[in-house]
Amino acid sequence: MSPPPAIELKDVWKVFGRRAAEALSAVRSEQIGKDEVLRRYDCVVAVADVSVAIAQGEIFCIMGLSGSGKSTLLRHVNRLVEPTAGEIRIHGEDIGRKSAGALRELRARKIGMVFQHVALFPHRRIWENVAFGLEVRGVPRPRRREVAQETLELVHLSGWGDRYPAELSGGMQQRVGLARALAADPDVLLMDEPFSALDPLIRRQLQDQFLQLASMMKKTTLFITHDLDEAIRLGHRIAVMKDGRFIQTGTAEEIVLTPADSYVAEFVRGVSRLKIVRAHSLMRPLDATEAITLDATARAVDGDADLERMIRIVAESPGPLLVVDADNRPIGVVSETALLRAIHE
Amino acid sequence: MDIATIPLREWAEATVLWCTSHGGPLFALVTGSIDRLDAFLRAALRVPPPALVVLAAALWALWRRGIPAAVAVALGLLLIWNLALWKEAIDTVSLVLIAAGLSLAIGIPVGILMAESATARSLITPILDYMQTTPAFVYLIPSVLFFGIGTVPGVLATMMFALPPPIRATMLGIANVPPPLIEAGNAFGATPLQLIVRVKLPLALPYVSVGVNQCIMMSLSMVVIASLVGARGLGTKVVESLTQADLAKGIEAGLAVVATAITLDLLSRPRSSAGRGSYT
Repeated sequence: MSPPPAIELKDVWKVFGRRAAEALSAVRSEQIGKDEVLRRYDCVVAVADVSVAIAQGEIFCIMGLSGSGKSTLLRHVNRLVEPTAGEIRIHGEDIGRKSAGALRELRARKIGMVFQHVALFPHRRIWENVAFGLEVRGVPRPRRREVAQETLELVHLSGWGDRYPAELSGGMQQRVGLARALAADPDVLLMDEPFSALDPLIRRQLQDQFLQLASMMKKTTLFITHDLDEAIRLGHRIAVMKDGRFIQTGTAEEIVLTPADSYVAEFVRGVSRLKIVRAHSLMRPLDATEAITLDATARAVDGDADLERMIRIVAESPGPLLVVDADNRPIGVVSETALLRAIHE
Repeated sequence: MDIATIPLREWAEATVLWCTSHGGPLFALVTGSIDRLDAFLRAALRVPPPALVVLAAALWALWRRGIPAAVAVALGLLLIWNLALWKEAIDTVSLVLIAAGLSLAIGIPVGILMAESATARSLITPILDYMQTTPAFVYLIPSVLFFGIGTVPGVLATMMFALPPPIRATMLGIANVPPPLIEAGNAFGATPLQLIVRVKLPLALPYVSVGVNQCIMMSLSMVVIASLVGARGLGTKVVESLTQADLAKGIEAGLAVVATAITLDLLSRPRSSAGRGSYT
C-alpha cells in the first residue's frame, strides 16, 4: 500500500457568518450562487467543496485573485481556520480531531508557515525570531541558538542573527520568515503569498532560493500566489481557484495548453509558453520510413524538452525533430509546423 | 405623596459593619505590611546624601530625555533641598512608590484580562468610568473607615485612585498588537499564555509605560490629598499651612510638590527616542 498523501483535503467548505450551517446546506441542496447566499443568509462562502491530495515533497501552487479564498483555504491546513464541513489530513491523520495541545505540537513541529506581510516579531532579534517555534516548545536556549544559526546559513543570512528585523531590507526579512518556518525542520510548508510584496528582481532571487531549498529538503509545500508566472515557475502542480472553488488542477503544461474554461484561458493567454510546452505534447507518432531518414540527421530530443530548446535546434538547421525515450528509441516527431503553431497559439 | 427612599445608607452601613467586624485580621495584616514597607523605603531613600541623589537623578534624566530634562530635575531637587523639605519629599516619594507599585501590580493584569476577554471588558469598563469620575476625596472615606487614620489609608486610597490609567493603557496596548503577529505566534504553536508573555506584552510596552507614568503622576497628586487623613510628607505641610493660614509656608510646600512632580514625571516617562522601530 502506498503511503498516505502528505496533505489531503476532502470536501472542504468554509462559510463565514452566523448562519453558516444553514447557508451551507442550502448551497449544497439548491446550488445557489454566492450573491444569493449573501442576500439570504448574510454569509460568505470562502471555500467551496475543495478536495485535493498533495504528495510528499510536492510543491502545490494555488493561484487565484484576491477574494478567491486561497489564503483562507491555506489556513485550514494548520487549523488557524476551522472548516465548516470536510476533513483535513496530514500524513493520514485527521487534524480536526486533535486537542488544543496536540494541535500546538503539530504547528510547532510539523508545519512551517511564511506570511505575505512577513510578520516577524519586531522586538526580537533575528535569531530569536527564527527560533520562536523551538522556544515555545521548550527547547533550551543554547540549542535554539545553534539551530537558528544553521537555518540562517541556509538562507544566506549568517551574521545577521543579532540584528533586529527593522535593520533588514524587505527581501532579507522574508528570508528570515522562511528560516523561521524551516527552523523546526517541519514536513509541510505553508507559503501565503510570501514573495508578492517584493521587487521583481528580489522576488526572482527568492523564488530560485526557495526552489533550491525545497528540492534539497524535500518539503511538501502549499504555495499561495496571485501570480501565474510564479505558480508555473515553482509548482509541480497548480490549482486555479475562483470563488472558493478549484476550477482546474494540473501541471503548468496542462493548464496552459488545455484551460478548463474561459476564465483560466484568459489567465494563461499572456503566459510565455517557451518553458512550459514540451516535446511530448507536440509530437505525433512517426511512421517507419520517417524514422530512418530522421535518425540519420540525429536531431533528437527527449520528451521533456521545452519549446525554447526545440526552437534553438530548428533555428540552426531547419527540419523536423525526432523525439526519443530514455533508451534513445524514437517515439515521435515534432514537425516545424507543429512548433510554429505552438508558439503562435 | 411619599416615595420611599432607597435604603442605600442602611445597606452601606451594614456592609461597613460586616467588613469591620469580620475583616479585622486581614486589615491588620495589610496595615502591618504597608507600614513596614514604608518604613523600609523611607530609610533606604534617606541613606544617600541629597547631593548624590540630585546628581544621580540628573544623570538618569540626561540619559533618558536629554539636557533640558536634566537641568529641570537638578533645579527642582536643589530647590526642595534648599527649602529644607527634603525629608518630607522623601516621605511623599516613598508613599507614591508603594501606591503606584500596588496599582501597577493590580492594573496590568486586569488590563491584560480586559484585552483578552470581552466579558471582562464589558464588566470592568463601567467600573473604570465610575472610578475616573469620582472626586478624589471620596476615595479617602472607605479607606478611613476600614484602616483608620495614617499612612495606610492614604496609600490604599491613592492606589485605587491611580488604578484606571495602567488598566486602560495595558488594554489599549494589547488591543493594538498587529493581528498578523498574533497569527504568526499561533501558527508556530504558542500557548495563549506564551502569546501574552512573549508577543503581546512586549509589543504593548510603549503603551504600558505611558500607563506607568500616568499612574505615578496620579499617585503623587492623591498622596498630597491623602495628608488630610494623616499620610506623611509634603502634603502635611500643605495641610498645616491651610489650617494655620500661613501663605508663605503654603507656597514653599506647593513649590516642593511641583518640583517633585516634575522630577517623577521626567524620571518615569518612557524614553523619547523609540529604539528598534516598529512593525510595518
